[in-house]
Formats: sequence, structure tokens, C-alpha cells
Amino acid sequence: MRSVKRWFSKNLIRIYAFLAFTYIFIPIIYTIIFSFNDGGKSNLAWKGFTLKNWANPCGAPEICTALGNSLKIGLTSTIFATILGTLIAFALGRYQFKGRSSTNLLIFLPMATPEIVLGASLLTMFIGLGIDTGFVTTIIAHIMFCISFVVVTVKARVASLDPRLEQAAMDLYANEWQTFRRVTLPLVAPGIAAAALLAFSLSFDDYIITNFTIGTEITFPKFVFTSAIRGVPAQANVIGASMFFIALAIVIVGQVLASKRKSKV
Amino acid sequence: MAFLHVQKTTNKFKSLKNNRSLIPYLLLAPGLIWLSIFFIFPILQLGATSTKTPAGEIGFFEQTYRFQNYIDAFLASREQFYRSFLYATLATILALAIAYPLAYAIAFKSGRYKNILLVMVIAPFFTSFLLRTIAWKQILGEEGPVVSVLRAISIIGDTTTITATPFAVVTGLTYNFLPFMTLPLYASLERIDPRTMEAAGDLYANGLTTFRKVTLPLSMPGVVAGTLLTFIPASGDYINAAILGDPKSKMLGNVIDAYYFRIVDYPTAAALSFMLMVAILILVTLYIRRTGAEELV
Repeated sequence: MRSVKRWFSKNLIRIYAFLAFTYIFIPIIYTIIFSFNDGGKSNLAWKGFTLKNWANPCGAPEICTALGNSLKIGLTSTIFATILGTLIAFALGRYQFKGRSSTNLLIFLPMATPEIVLGASLLTMFIGLGIDTGFVTTIIAHIMFCISFVVVTVKARVASLDPRLEQAAMDLYANEWQTFRRVTLPLVAPGIAAAALLAFSLSFDDYIITNFTIGTEITFPKFVFTSAIRGVPAQANVIGASMFFIALAIVIVGQVLASKRKSKV
Repeated sequence: MAFLHVQKTTNKFKSLKNNRSLIPYLLLAPGLIWLSIFFIFPILQLGATSTKTPAGEIGFFEQTYRFQNYIDAFLASREQFYRSFLYATLATILALAIAYPLAYAIAFKSGRYKNILLVMVIAPFFTSFLLRTIAWKQILGEEGPVVSVLRAISIIGDTTTITATPFAVVTGLTYNFLPFMTLPLYASLERIDPRTMEAAGDLYANGLTTFRKVTLPLSMPGVVAGTLLTFIPASGDYINAAILGDPKSKMLGNVIDAYYFRIVDYPTAAALSFMLMVAILILVTLYIRRTGAEELV
């Protein structure tokens, strides 16, 4: 009895972590299981196993239009936000200049503003200027809120670089551009990749801001939200589950590549 | 000697940077111009709209500098205001209680599984925010497993529900923002040198004292960052309240959304948004001052 108690108190933190992970995974497992449900349009109760949702993920009306729109918006916003944010991160991480603290504040503020305020203010501006809302306004909004997250992610990577590596390159007669291309950029690349992934997932998953800026067009989160009233079709679970597995694969491949590179050095 | 060398090269580096003082501004310009046009300017527009009054047709408003709008909007929605901050605070405390031991376990007890466990923490991000919330609705809902089990063993009565309650909304908020809490906590815990904790033990501190005097103070940057990253989005969220709540658990986000899209009263919506933003900024500033974590910004 005493040894059981000892084992328990020794492993308390592990048991706690296990319970926390269970909590984290419950809705994910639920989403995956119900992608195999033969539940018809609403997918509320378990009606039996089927593969037909996976065989025909576009089976629900409009779902693949919504998915395509989300991918388009996500990719475009990611490219722009990653470029703009990375440039700022380099300026902050590598240079001394006047106006540094106001720049930091301008980067921090969008992250400290609730999404609904960002969305509402953009819609107010678009209405005020007589601009029709749609894809362009949504991409503009997504670039705006992704920039700060890119800056923070890339800046951390730039700050952790050893400046002596760049100095060594310059000592070996590399000019500034060569140093940047051959030394700095490859070292910062994992940070930029992580930032791009983060930007894409933020954009792809956004509902609140998009709802204000998209007008009558549809995105995947908007599709899920509007169909939530009558019950979300199982095809949405198929797309959610696929996204989960794709993202997981990307992260695992990234980890493997990183550890390979480490062992090479 | 090594020190001298570093000294020399930094000087070289410095002079190089000063010669090209235009570069940082060129790097900053595109991004900061974007943020000025699509963040600062819209916020100013929001402020301007908040003092307008209706002008005849629905959806048209004229500037009359009516600051009374703020008082009217606040009095009409003060319950949701109060509720937003209450739910966000509860969700932040719950998320901290769940995430701290979890981050601690990953940082100190996971050995070679550390990276896998970190991926598992961010796994919820890989599925859609809305699908997760809807999954909770169905798990906790009328036909879901939780209610059936609790009813079968008579913990709750036949008419008691879990969804459409404040409890469900707070659960949803806690769940959805948990990774935002766990990751900064992990980052700051991981940086702690385990020898500092061993040293405390050598000086006869028991486990609790070591935690209180060494581990917790050293992990405070993570606590501050995590609580902010949870509290801010939670207080403006309305998805959880819309899916998991009922009319009595509506938050400020739901009200703003309704003023924009259903009532088409932009000034009131703008006034509420503006107040929410200012309230959060004041709270965040006070909190950062209080915890002495200015370097985070």
C-alpha cells in the first residue's frame, strides 16, 4: 500500500500531464472518429462506420469552394506577411535606429487588440471609404494581423544568432550581400519557415476578422460556422482531420530534417 | 586577447552599421506602412464612427460628436461587458492551472520525448478552431457521452444540461487558448538551470519552498506572457459563447457582432469595440507594470 502511494506521489506530475493530454486530444479524436460517421447531413449522432465521406470530401454543397477560398487567402496572406514581417524582424534584430520602441509598440498593439475590434475597425474603414468587401479586403486584413506574429517569431531566431558567424564571413572577404545570402539567411531560414506556417494556420483558421471583411464570399471556417446551426456535415470533419494529419507530417519532417542537420555539423 | 578581438570586431560592425543608417528604415517601411494603413487608420475610423448618429436611411450616419453614445452603449451592454472579463479571467486561471504542471512535466520530466510532447501541445491548432468547439458541443451535449454517463449515475438530473451554460463557455475558452498558455510557460521553464533547484534542495528547502522561491519566480515571464496571450483573445471571443452558450451567457463580442450585422448600428458597435480595446490596454499595462515584465513588449 505504501509503495503504491509512493509511486503515486513520485509520478503525480506525469499522471497530471497524461490527463491534460487526454483533455487536449478529446475533441480531436472526436472530430476524426466522426469523419467516418454514416450520419447523413447533420453528423450529430453515431450511425455507423463508412468511408464514403473520405471518398467524396466535396460531397457537401459549397464545402470545397469554401476550402479553396481559404487556401487561396491563406497562401497569399502568408507570402506577403512573411516577407513584410521578416524585413521588420531583421531591422529590429540587426540594427540600432531611432524610433525602435515605437516600432516595437506598433508590432505589439495588433496582438493586444481583440480580433473583433480589428475586424470591426477594418469594416468601418471599408464602409467609410466605399470599398466593397471580398477576397482582397480579407487578404489585406490577414496580412495585417499575421505580420506581428511573423516579426516575433523571426526576431527570436535573428536574436539567437551568433554575430561572430557573420563577422567571420566578412573577415573572409565576403561582402555584405554575400554574408547575408550565404550565412545569415540559411541560419534564419528555420525561423522564417516556422513563421510562415504560423501565419498560414492563423489565416486559414480565422473566422472572426474574416467574417467582417469577406462580404458574401465563403471560407472554410465560415462554412463550418454557418452550418453549425443545422449540424456540420461529416465532410467538414474529413477536411479537419486531413489538415491535422498534413500539419503533423510537416512538423515531423521538419523535426527530422533539423536533427539530421544537427548531426551533420 | 579573445576579449580584445571581440571588442575590435564589434567596433568594425558598429561603424559598418552606422554608415548605412538608412537600411533599417528601408526594411521597416513596407511592413510599418501596411500596419499604419490597415491597423492604425481603421482604429481611428472606428473612433470617429463611435460618435456619429443615424442620418435618415438605415446604414447611414453623420458625425455629430455625440459622446453620449459611449454611455448609452455601456449601459445597454454592461452585463456582457462584465461577463466577458469574468469568463476571460476564469478561463485564464483554469488554463494556467492546467498548463503550468503540463509545461513543467515537459520541461523537466519528459527526457527524449520532449519534442513529441511539444507537438502534442500544439496539435489542437492543426484542426479547425470551429470544428474543435463544435466537437465540444456534441461531446457535452444532450446526446453526448458525458451527459449520458452523469445522468446514468445520477450526478446530474434528467433535465440538467452542460451545454448552453456559462460552464460550457468557460470550458471552451480554456480549451481553445490552452496552447497559448502552455508554450510561453514551457519556454521560460525550459530556460531554468536545474542546478538552481538542486541548490535550493541542498540548502534544505523542501519541494514546495523550492518551487515558491526558485522555480516560480524564474518562470514569471512565461506566466505573464501566457496569461496575456490567453486573456486578450478570450475577452474578445464570441465563438465559444455563440456555440456553447445560451442567451444568458452572451459576451461582448456577440453584442458587437449583432450591432454590426443584425441591428446595423455602427456607432454603437464602434463605441463598444473602442471601449473593449481601451479596457484591455489599460488592464494589460497595469498587469505588465505590476509584474515588472516590461521587457516583454
